[in-house]
Amino acid sequence: MITAAKMVFKPVSRTAYLFYRKWLKGITVKKISLYIVMILLVVFTSAPIIFVISTAFKPLDELFLYPPRFLVMKPTFKNFNDLLMATDSSLVPFSRYLFNSVITTVAIVFFSVVISSMGAFIISKYKLPGTAFIFAVIISALMFPPQVTAIPTYFVISNMGILNTYWALTLPKLAVPFNFFLVKQFMDQIPDQTLEAAKVDGANEWIMFWKIVMPFVKPAWMTVVIFSFIGNWNDFSTPLIYTTSEAMKTLPLAMLGVSNGTVGRMGAAAAGAFVTVMPSIILFIILQRQVMDTMAHSGIKS
Amino acid sequence: MVATNHPPAYKIKKMTWLAHLKANKIKYLMLAPFILLFIVFYIIPVLSSFVLSFTYYNMLQPPRWVGLTNYKILFLEDDIFLISLKNTFAFAIVTGPLSYLLSFFFAWIISNLRFSNAFALAFYAPSITSSIALSVVWTYIFSGDRYGLINKFFIDSGIIDTPIIWLANPDYMLYVVMFVSLWMSMGSGFLVFLAGLRNVPQDLYEAGSIDGIRNKFQEMWMITLPMMKPQLLFGAVMSIVASFAVFDIAVVLTGMPSPNYAAHTIVSHLYDYAFIRFELGYASAISVVLFLLTFTLGRISMRMFSSKDE
Repeated sequence: MITAAKMVFKPVSRTAYLFYRKWLKGITVKKISLYIVMILLVVFTSAPIIFVISTAFKPLDELFLYPPRFLVMKPTFKNFNDLLMATDSSLVPFSRYLFNSVITTVAIVFFSVVISSMGAFIISKYKLPGTAFIFAVIISALMFPPQVTAIPTYFVISNMGILNTYWALTLPKLAVPFNFFLVKQFMDQIPDQTLEAAKVDGANEWIMFWKIVMPFVKPAWMTVVIFSFIGNWNDFSTPLIYTTSEAMKTLPLAMLGVSNGTVGRMGAAAAGAFVTVMPSIILFIILQRQVMDTMAHSGIKS
Repeated sequence: MVATNHPPAYKIKKMTWLAHLKANKIKYLMLAPFILLFIVFYIIPVLSSFVLSFTYYNMLQPPRWVGLTNYKILFLEDDIFLISLKNTFAFAIVTGPLSYLLSFFFAWIISNLRFSNAFALAFYAPSITSSIALSVVWTYIFSGDRYGLINKFFIDSGIIDTPIIWLANPDYMLYVVMFVSLWMSMGSGFLVFLAGLRNVPQDLYEAGSIDGIRNKFQEMWMITLPMMKPQLLFGAVMSIVASFAVFDIAVVLTGMPSPNYAAHTIVSHLYDYAFIRFELGYASAISVVLFLLTFTLGRISMRMFSSKDE
């Protein structure tokens, strides 16, 4: 009887104790109030996003309810249909905007990571004539807003004859000083001996780059992936400036048209906002750990 | 006379140069794409901005050299530019430091909490989302009728009788834009700080407590901040650039041009002259001013955060 009781109670009490050790020990009123304040702030910062998500699924009567309700009661997919209708002009279907956004963003993210990392690798690990100067110029390029170069870049692109093409949406955004810098800070930490050993084994720089350097700085380029995805996925000024045809518009630019529309489009606009926002959030959640590991090394050493 | 087999000096130079190129062929090839694109889309545009800013150019006729005229008009005659300069500075002075301090403060608190990854996501979420997408929410919250969230709240609690037209009233517009972009701007700075805080070696704190550091604030001032200088500088540069470049959130919320130019910023002005009026010489002068502003401030913050003892 006693042994049976022991067999039941011992694990229970042990779990209870572990639970206490892990979650309850050291809880004070001060700590609890800090958590409450932080959770209130989190509600404040995340409220608009939750609102977007819930509005995207609201049926018509809930959209115009007074007083408006924060969360959706009877979720529906009707708004997404409305979005398709609102953006499905006779010229271009909604899927075209989505396609444009996906293809340009993926191309920019991929090539920007490869090009920036290759350059950063050479500048970080080899002393070629002029590399110090190049690095100084790139650092100062970090400091100006992209709009400064908007006009001359427009001429460069029009002289190249690539206005209104995917080239215009991608090429100018491949060499980004921010990405270059972030990756370079990490590559500085690769021990030179590793590379020398690889050289002895007969590897050239190209092989070393793919076999040793890129795996080593994975957190860095993961960070670049996330920043550059978010930045380019949301960017509407580039397509606004360099393209004029409806067929080249990207998702955020098309959304600008929907949200400027009439009040009746509120549901469609919310659905569009949902479609625009979700990919970034999902990507961030997936890559968050890598980002956290990376960011610590991104400070400018001066 | 002794005959020498050495080739003349200029030939040696040329040959070693070629040999150097040959030996480092792969390195140059790997560096080339970045440098090439960087020159084409950064260096050439910046240089030609400087040149164009001294000309009158409307895209139809070839540029005409006008010397300093653009700058004279800009600072002496263009009242709207001065308004936009004032707005941008008001914006940069309020939003820049505030978002910088807030994001550091929250990063500091969050790094001491359990579930810090979840808190981090919640705080980072606003900067993930696009300003366009979220404008739906903001236009509802700041809607000018009595159904708007803030108006409803104020009317219900008896602070005001008639709804305030937040987004069209020049008295409030700039503040609304400031508020929204403050909310959106806890972006990369916040993440950099958070990771920087996690990266401070724990034994430093232990050593500090032996040396007589009593409370959290002393600990922060004497250990954490000096250790985080690189991240602090990175955050400062990013927030300066971001606060001077504010544009799309202002346009989305208040339109272009905003009523009475109350939310008109330097970048709005630049956009107006470059892509609506096509006065490109003048627009280039505006962008040169903007470039010099952010560049100077960036340099100052680099000076501030650079430590001589390192």
